Amino acid sequence: MVIIHKLPNRRYGMPGNASCPGCPESMGLRYLKMALGDKAVLVIPAGCSSVIQGIGPKSGINFPILNIAFAAAGAAASGMKAAFEVQGKDYIVVVWAGDGGTADIGFQALSGAAERNEDIIYICVDNEAYMNTGIQRSGLTPYGAWTTTTWTGKKEHKKNMPFILIAHDVPYVATASVGYPHDFIEKLRKAAKIKGFKYIHLHAPDPVGWRFDSSLTVKVAQLAVQTGMWPLFEYERGSFKLSPFSKKYKDPSKRVPVIEYLKIQGRFKHLLNKPEEIKKIEEYIERTWWWIDLLERSTNPAKTARELLNK
Amino acid sequence: MTILTLTGNYAVAYAVKLARVKVVSAYPITPQTTIVEKLAEMIERGEMDAKMIRVESEHSALATVYGAASAGARAFTATASHGLLYMHEMVWWVAGARMPLVMAVVSRAIGPPWNIHVDHQDIFDQRDSGWIISMAQENQEAFDLTLQAFRISEDPRVYLPMMVGLEAFILSHTVAPVDVPDQKEVDEWLPPRRQPYVISPETNFVMGNIVPDEDYMMMRLSIQKAMEAAKEVIKEVDRSYGKKFGREYGGLVECKKCEDADYIIIIAGSWSGEAKMAIEDLREEGYRVGVARIRFIRPWPEEEISELASKVKGIIVFDRAVSFGSKGPLFLDVATTVNGRTSLRGVIAGLGGTEVRKEHIIEVTKEFINKVEEEGRVFEPEYWLLPDPYRGKPLEEVAPRWW
Ligand SMILES: Cc1ncc(C[n+]2csc(CCOP(=O)(O)OP(=O)(O)O)c2C)c(N)n1
Repeated sequence: MVIIHKLPNRRYGMPGNASCPGCPESMGLRYLKMALGDKAVLVIPAGCSSVIQGIGPKSGINFPILNIAFAAAGAAASGMKAAFEVQGKDYIVVVWAGDGGTADIGFQALSGAAERNEDIIYICVDNEAYMNTGIQRSGLTPYGAWTTTTWTGKKEHKKNMPFILIAHDVPYVATASVGYPHDFIEKLRKAAKIKGFKYIHLHAPDPVGWRFDSSLTVKVAQLAVQTGMWPLFEYERGSFKLSPFSKKYKDPSKRVPVIEYLKIQGRFKHLLNKPEEIKKIEEYIERTWWWIDLLERSTNPAKTARELLNK
Repeated sequence: MTILTLTGNYAVAYAVKLARVKVVSAYPITPQTTIVEKLAEMIERGEMDAKMIRVESEHSALATVYGAASAGARAFTATASHGLLYMHEMVWWVAGARMPLVMAVVSRAIGPPWNIHVDHQDIFDQRDSGWIISMAQENQEAFDLTLQAFRISEDPRVYLPMMVGLEAFILSHTVAPVDVPDQKEVDEWLPPRRQPYVISPETNFVMGNIVPDEDYMMMRLSIQKAMEAAKEVIKEVDRSYGKKFGREYGGLVECKKCEDADYIIIIAGSWSGEAKMAIEDLREEGYRVGVARIRFIRPWPEEEISELASKVKGIIVFDRAVSFGSKGPLFLDVATTVNGRTSLRGVIAGLGGTEVRKEHIIEVTKEFINKVEEEGRVFEPEYWLLPDPYRGKPLEEVAPRWW
């Protein structure tokens, strides 16, 4: 269990870091360091987190970091881990990639690393658009959301990355949210103890890109979970488990109506009084939970295919 | 030391093993594949103590060895043609990060249309990226350059990545005797890995975040300075390798019969062999020609070529690549160095594996020399040596179907 007052009381986001007010990525980075301590090395592809570090030669993020080209994070991390292994060092190599660097341009290198079951932690920091280049649509932008390349709202649903990673049958896949730091920290600590490929998908509401007040990052993040839009779960050694904060939302009647989530974000403004549009989003939520139900029921508490091979 | 009969690709693989590389990563492409197949075999048999990461693309291959090198391991990859172009972004990344590592490039034509034969276009496409780029003439040299590449790249005066160029099939898949030293001899000659920084929890180092534009520009200048310093390091390494293993090549340029030459052929890669044979015949006919074989495209051997330019009546450059809309890339460098001091002809030949024999080289060289002797100063920056079936016919007759 994660106990707040036992977490390290050190400063990880340093003065001079360049994040926007209310930035979920800098929150996430702080939790990451609290969870993993001084043994972790970060691999960061192009994205907001390349900028948040601030201006070199110093760094506003207290981590050793290998910045890398947009498409290459999964690969660079694989190489780093191999190098540490041949030198007999048990450092934790963590990819910290945006939704673009994970689900779009970085997908090939990610899938390759997962298939090889590289002993790394891959974190997708999902702010649901290419934020660093100014809020363009990504494969993880949800249906209906305004971005600077979808002026009338995105016409496709979000691609379900955690399920795609579950299909890779790696030892550990989890979702998390910056609105639930204990849950995220616990998952990170668990991941650090598992050998093989670990994927954590961190939901990261972004005040600038989603058009909400910068004081509301945590609230929006929690609403995503409470409306059932963003279920928190773990897939560990072949078995699927809803995380405590999401358990009760399996029952649709317990969920906060999705309109509560949509209406505090400017990016959905244009569809608020279009019931047929809201219905599409509700159907998406139903569909997500249908998958979850399926996974829960078909759970096989054996090992994953990849772990069986490692025996 | 042992004499083995090896293809160029196997020669490279043996050198990589002897260099005690710790991380190998690559993606298959003809004609590079047998390098990594051999390395995989050596690693799986336990003859080589390294990790092999079989990635899903070339972009990832170079990113993987870059990650490994940044974390402190000696690392190697190899590619060719489309693979090299596919990793182009990472090529720049590695040099910008000043990360020493070694990559073999088995140079091959670029599609479309698909073509797996020799051509230097792929390697010239990397010319400006900040890598040290060498070109071997034969298998032994491919072996020697691979071993030397680690020492050059990891020299603190340099700290730049290095490409070892060898040519599709002519070297990569053709066997020749290669003198392979013992591990002990190599260990005595090649120091343990050195690198400018390591990224790990011990160093808390960050590489690649944004810097002020002015600092960025100064970092670019530092790459240029490192290239300059690399010239001396390359020569030193060549000499010390010669002392240890008995083969010295002359540094950045290997000159054959340049001392008394009136004319010079400038050429790089395996077809330099044909050029060397050509000058023997030319000399018998009274043409005093020498060959300056470019061993390093980068850093560019400015001083060596400049010295030749002030001594001779003319230079003829053979390019196996084109900068479309301009001239052959080797020619462009030569012309800049020559700066109008002597007659020049830039020959573009042998693209996509088109055969170039000794006779072809004799023919265009002789024609150039005769022209210079008759007309005085000649400047012909672009001379296409057309393939045999098309040569000697008026262009309008043979070419229209191509445009
Ligand atoms: C090959 C390449 N294409 C495009 C870019 C431009 N680019 C930099 S960051 C970025 C978007 C990053 O989006 P995401 O991965 O979602 O991370 P975020 O900025 O949202 O944290 C883009 C398109 C690039 N750096 N490299």
